[in-house]
Amino acid sequence: MEEASTGSDSDYSSTWVSWFLSSKGNEYFCEVDEDFILDRFNLTGLNNEVANYPQALDLITDSLDDDIQDELRGSLDVQARLLYGLIHARWIVTARGLTKMLEKYKRADFGRCPRVLCASQPLLPVGLTDIPYEKSVKLYCGRCEDLYSPKSSRHGSIDGAYFGTTFPHLLFLVYPTLIPLKDGELPSNPIKESSTDSRSRRRPREDTEAGVAAEGGAEGISTANVALKAERYRPRIYGFQVNEIAKLQRWQEAIRDRQIARLEALEDKTP
Amino acid sequence: MASRQKSPATDAQQPPGEDEVASGNGEGDEIMEEAEEQEDGYTSSTPTSTLTWISWFCSLPGHEYFCEVTEDFIEDDFNLTGLNAMVPFWKEAMEMVLDVEPEDEDTSKIPDVSIVESSAEMLYGLVHQRYILTRAGLQAMADKYESGVFGSCPRVYCVGCNVVPCGRVDIPGSDTVKLFCPNCNDIFVPPSSRFQGVDGAFFGTTFAHLFFQTYRELSPAPFWRAPSAGGSPLSPRSVSGSNGSRASPFNNPNPHGGQKRAAGYVYVPRIYGFKVSERAKSGPRMQWLRLRPETPEELDMVDWRGRWINGDDGYDDDDEEEEEDRQMEDFDPEAAEGEDDDDEEEEEEDEAVGTTPMKGQKSGKQAGSDPLTRTPGPVRSVRTSPTASEGPRSLDDKPLIDLSVYTLPSFGQSFGEGKVRTVRQWAPRTDWAGTAEV
Ligand SMILES: [Zn+2]
Ligand SMILES: [Zn+2]
Repeated sequence: MEEASTGSDSDYSSTWVSWFLSSKGNEYFCEVDEDFILDRFNLTGLNNEVANYPQALDLITDSLDDDIQDELRGSLDVQARLLYGLIHARWIVTARGLTKMLEKYKRADFGRCPRVLCASQPLLPVGLTDIPYEKSVKLYCGRCEDLYSPKSSRHGSIDGAYFGTTFPHLLFLVYPTLIPLKDGELPSNPIKESSTDSRSRRRPREDTEAGVAAEGGAEGISTANVALKAERYRPRIYGFQVNEIAKLQRWQEAIRDRQIARLEALEDKTP
Repeated sequence: MASRQKSPATDAQQPPGEDEVASGNGEGDEIMEEAEEQEDGYTSSTPTSTLTWISWFCSLPGHEYFCEVTEDFIEDDFNLTGLNAMVPFWKEAMEMVLDVEPEDEDTSKIPDVSIVESSAEMLYGLVHQRYILTRAGLQAMADKYESGVFGSCPRVYCVGCNVVPCGRVDIPGSDTVKLFCPNCNDIFVPPSSRFQGVDGAFFGTTFAHLFFQTYRELSPAPFWRAPSAGGSPLSPRSVSGSNGSRASPFNNPNPHGGQKRAAGYVYVPRIYGFKVSERAKSGPRMQWLRLRPETPEELDMVDWRGRWINGDDGYDDDDEEEEEDRQMEDFDPEAAEGEDDDDEEEEEEDEAVGTTPMKGQKSGKQAGSDPLTRTPGPVRSVRTSPTASEGPRSLDDKPLIDLSVYTLPSFGQSFGEGKVRTVRQWAPRTDWAGTAEV
């Protein structure tokens, strides 16, 4: 996926947005609906974050005056990227934006979890802060619920604020049936393109994906004890567990069991 | 396995040590792949008679994780016990690995030199698995480890902890090489596809852990206490970097345990600045996997069967959750920088998270479009004054989220403790940005 760039900076494209999206390194971004960009309400406050805001906005909406273009061209492009990124962060936490990112997630456009026991679980981009210029984008794995750095420096230099801290968690909140199971490698076909789909189909009480996307709820699913299925790596020396690590792992699993007990008690109280 | 069309005798081309150049950066697949292309480029340079088969083998793309086994070790039959049954054309393979001229010229019984080559590779790999468990082998791997040849953990909160190669089985032919991180005690797929042809058995299941038992100062301890926000909560930035050099000793009372301070932060998912409660269906379920107790004594509160000593679980809903909240406070290098006894760690964190974008620049690829290093000025002030909390229009028709799933109390609690980090992360990011200015 890392190398699946669809074009280079010099490609001719009809619109600024399609040019931006097809540029190498921008594979994590999805297309923001033009309607969304054109609705000034959605851009509230961004004029303070982006220099030459009016021109930058004109540029990304392909309505930039040709005269201005020559004078500002260089710096304007940088501002247009920033503006698009900040709009993008707002867009992907809308209902329509979520579905666009969902498509990319299903294609594993954001790469796959490097953790062996996550069995190539597709990842989701996330920011560590919503403030631009602070932290680069990270990748969230819904299976191990942890954060990873992008493999490629091309993606490692994208601003995390263009995706925001909320996005992946909102996605799983809205589509709880898409929460990955916690179990580890499948015995067969560990790396297959359709792994997400096949796995979510194995989920008990599973709706069809379309149905899920439409209604956005999953009342029947309990996730209280899903962690019990999680596999973990156990270090061994000549077949024997390493004392101190084994001790830590027992402690961690006791923490896990305590949480499960807590959640199950909670479920009993509120059926 | 990387293919070697030519026999080593005529194809010796690359000085040993090239491997270190090739994979110095575990994070940058790109960088590594560029190196790979380069290496592929000069397969046919001048033969160097002084280059041994072993040096040549270890310099091949994808073989960066191997260290050079000494010929002494290979020549000692004791070290090879049992291996000859696993390697076809044992004698010929042995001759190839040790650069010995074949004794008899009758090569007619060998169908193809490539078969001997793969035997030599198998032989070397199996010997390598044993060699790296010896004192000399461990030392050779330690040198590679410290120079970063094996790369670093891809997990963000392991803040660039170096990893070692490992296998999941000791029998060859079943699985490719993986990377073990001593900080999260987990294993990862190598970042570059060129390692997908390397057999994990050539590193074995034991090595990684014997390594960290041997070099305890490289092994993170199983407990960790978050640096308390002892410094001024008001201006974490002002102390940034000023205390960086003050390293304090770290001690694990268990002499057989890891003697390095762990990187202990655990990711806390947030929606609009609020922690996602564990009561939500999508709430956190896996934080235990990365969690550490604050003190070594807490490890002893669980017996060998994994049960809490002192009777029942004895948990009390609220207390528990609060306690874990404290430990899993969100990670932010700057916030803790003034802290006395954790400077070393903080430095590393800064490096890993803060300068990630720099790597893009170094590689020369992204310099032009790297947004993170440009004009950081006025932006922050706007963002840090969240006033308006009006929701986005696009969530318009129906609310996407059920506010009942947020853990609101912990938010206030953190405030009380004066944690800078929490202040900076604080909630009403519902505003998206500074809608104040409208
Ligand atoms: Zn994962
Ligand atoms: Zn790690």
